[in-house]
Amino acid sequence: MNYVPGTAEEQREMLESIGKKRMDDLFECIPDSLRHKEDLPLPEGMCEPQVIEAFEDMANNNKVYKTCFRGAGAYRHFIPSVVSRLAGRAEFVTAYTPYQAEMSQGVLQAIFEYQTMICELTGMEASNAGVYDGAQAAAEALAMFRERKRTKSVVCGAVKPMTLQTIKTYCETAGAELAVVPEKNGRTDLDALEKALDDTVSAVYVEQPNYYGLTEEIEKIADLTRNAGAKLVTGCYPISLALLKSPGEYGADAAVGEAQPLGNPLSFGGPYLGFMAVKMKDVRRLPGRIVGQTVDNEGRTAYVLTLQAREQHIRREKAGSSICSNQALCALSATIYCAAMGKEGLREVALRSMEKAHYAAKEISRIKGYELIYDGFFFNEFVTACPVEPGALMKKLAENDILGGLPFERDGQTRILWCCTEVNTREEIDKLVELLKGGVPV
Amino acid sequence: MSKLIFETGKPGRRCACLPASDVPEVAIPPQLMRTKPARLPETAEVDLVRHYTNLSRKAFGVDNGFYPLGSCTMKYNPKRNEEVAALKGFTGVHPLQGEETTQGCLKLMHTLAERICGITGMDAVTLQPAAGAHGEMTGLALIKAYLTDRGETERIKLIVPDSAHGTNPASAAMAGFTIVNIPSNPQGLVDVQALESVVGDDTAALMLTNPNTLGLFERDIEKIADIVHSAGGLLYYDGANMNAIMGISRPGDMGFDVMHLNLHKTFSTPHGGGGPGSGPVACKEFLRPFLPSPLVAEKDGIYSFENPEKSIGRVRSFYGNFLVNVRALAYIMTLGAKGLRESSENAVLNANYMMENLKDTYTVAFDTPCMHEFVITLEPLKKQNGVTAADIAKGLVDKGIHPPTMYFPLIVPEALMIEPTETESRETLDEAVEAFKEIYAAALENPGELHRAPVTTPVGRPDETTAVRNPVLRYEFPSED
Repeated sequence: MNYVPGTAEEQREMLESIGKKRMDDLFECIPDSLRHKEDLPLPEGMCEPQVIEAFEDMANNNKVYKTCFRGAGAYRHFIPSVVSRLAGRAEFVTAYTPYQAEMSQGVLQAIFEYQTMICELTGMEASNAGVYDGAQAAAEALAMFRERKRTKSVVCGAVKPMTLQTIKTYCETAGAELAVVPEKNGRTDLDALEKALDDTVSAVYVEQPNYYGLTEEIEKIADLTRNAGAKLVTGCYPISLALLKSPGEYGADAAVGEAQPLGNPLSFGGPYLGFMAVKMKDVRRLPGRIVGQTVDNEGRTAYVLTLQAREQHIRREKAGSSICSNQALCALSATIYCAAMGKEGLREVALRSMEKAHYAAKEISRIKGYELIYDGFFFNEFVTACPVEPGALMKKLAENDILGGLPFERDGQTRILWCCTEVNTREEIDKLVELLKGGVPV
Repeated sequence: MSKLIFETGKPGRRCACLPASDVPEVAIPPQLMRTKPARLPETAEVDLVRHYTNLSRKAFGVDNGFYPLGSCTMKYNPKRNEEVAALKGFTGVHPLQGEETTQGCLKLMHTLAERICGITGMDAVTLQPAAGAHGEMTGLALIKAYLTDRGETERIKLIVPDSAHGTNPASAAMAGFTIVNIPSNPQGLVDVQALESVVGDDTAALMLTNPNTLGLFERDIEKIADIVHSAGGLLYYDGANMNAIMGISRPGDMGFDVMHLNLHKTFSTPHGGGGPGSGPVACKEFLRPFLPSPLVAEKDGIYSFENPEKSIGRVRSFYGNFLVNVRALAYIMTLGAKGLRESSENAVLNANYMMENLKDTYTVAFDTPCMHEFVITLEPLKKQNGVTAADIAKGLVDKGIHPPTMYFPLIVPEALMIEPTETESRETLDEAVEAFKEIYAAALENPGELHRAPVTTPVGRPDETTAVRNPVLRYEFPSED
């Protein structure tokens, strides 16, 4: 099987018409020493039923839990049926980046709608068309604000570990300095942040809510950052923005985050979608694709990829980033999701996720040994202690078709990071609590 | 022009609903609440469905028609790949649920990495990068970490030919390298003398696409590799054009040390209107310790994650664009060694066939047998009567063909870069050749008409200058008072 329409007869005729006898003759330009003489070391090709069976076997070798209390960067929210039905339309799926605007108005308009929704959620003025994921968005945002005299990035300690690791890789590779501010009681240590903010700092990255689900004293962080002449980049959980104060409202210079919760399934970690939004004055620093509205040669409204002078295909080594794709289909899913949930629906998703988490936190923390570790307000994730061997506990929950919270070690203690979303029912939470109460076999 | 989704609907209209709440309400501290709601649409389901269905009708994919977009390999995207990527056993898996319950995912990743090694002649693979440009950045980070580990920090120069994709120098700059551009020779290949004159103790690596962006195989590649390696530098392979040589020749055998693939090009995963793609990085054994964490290892049929000892860290969250990787493996398993080789053979055959049939009418930039793509130049026509590459491209739009890549590579003036791919039939190629010729005739007869093309699309040529001067990047809601 090879998806090649040409018959053997046609191939022979076509070869003849260009003065060649055999397929091999097409590759005369490749030195003989570099020609791969035998077959590639791969198994033989398969027919469709065999392929499907092989993949079903692999898929069946994964566990898909009925109930999930784990987040930590990837979230199970309900996805309305319209999302995959519409985003799965072949015209969208099999299109290229909309370089040819006239025949790509559908893709371009959808991105324009996406940019508008991201601006609305974040309270920022300009959004790009999306980047690879939330972690990379954070790394790109810090790179975007680096200046000749201000080269140091500062990251608050309570951010998602994988985001921090990604930022580290980007900074180390670019040879840029990075400082990590320690956490204090699960939140950014404001005194330590103030000390870290010297005149070489270009930007500060903080998450709201942070890795532990806690809300940071974001306005104080914004003030400290501003007073030091640095830029504030906030990493946001997009669902929470339907309720919580937006980065625009507290004066952040960039809002970034992982948009997977908006209509994209868990999918073992990808493809996901990073969003990035800034103030209009900084739009020319923004990496990635941006769609703009204009008119065509007859004055009709039209959409185009714009401000391309920022990008690699024009600026080459002077571009701020090499990114050229925008996870377009994931962005389309996010757009359709936001449209389907709507103004009121997304607020409800946020509210329910938070309420379920607060109910779960209250019930779980009543159990001896599972007390809440941090005080103060949290959104839909929270951390408890764990009085038993976490592996045994997770195994017990798994036997009941529950993916428990994420165990982690801090200061030599075992902790669990729990998550709820609107899909978790009270019944599920009560069952979890019962199972926790029952302990684990020693 | 269709309305924006924000301009449809009415306050109070809903599409989705949630079950009634079964837990107590929670008071949010007022200082944490947003004061102004996000103005998301309020639309009924049927109107939402029609809105995006209508937008899809204003998009053009491989499933709509011929897409000879050079350097992008717009081959057919098999539907079975979509089917297997939609399996609940993949889409419903949490990335942090542990190795024990994700053996299927890990096996898939491990198998794909192995297949990529076989196809490229490399020894180790990371599937983490989300796209080609991301792969470049990752590959260059490996080179940087390797050189730093050896104490060779004076190697800061990255050599890039002038025919390279723009991502090459941009990724190199992100990795903190200084870029040295070298010219192509009159045959469109790397100027070996120029290369010799720039390599030295400060050379980190050469980045090369082979076949290059002109669709020509760098036949001196062994010598090129020797020059760079002798100077102590490494060779990076931009896998964008791998579709020309699967089963024919392997980058690992050519002397490349590290490379990326574009699974959304060569391995048939859909482009999605601009992603998600997947840009795995493959490397030789000596670079394996520097690969991003984690990699998938196998022992006695059990799969697990492992962190390479000198890993550069992460380039994103989790393990890559997993569902894209699912599709790519489905493609590789469908084709097998023989099918992959036949794909490349027919990709090259189709390109040469089209070039041969066009070259009496159009000026081919390098009149020599090509690989999977070729470049024509409209410079003579532009001089003759002002018709540009863009005009020809827009003429093709009116004939229902997606235009070739325009104005790239930069070293060919008024360039159109044509890559038919192997999944197009001879009839499609013949019809496209006919369309190209008709447009050429029209260009000679009535250039003014071509300047106005396209006329069959929802909009004509957009005013890009105004878009840049006065950027409108979001919908402005009517004022609420």
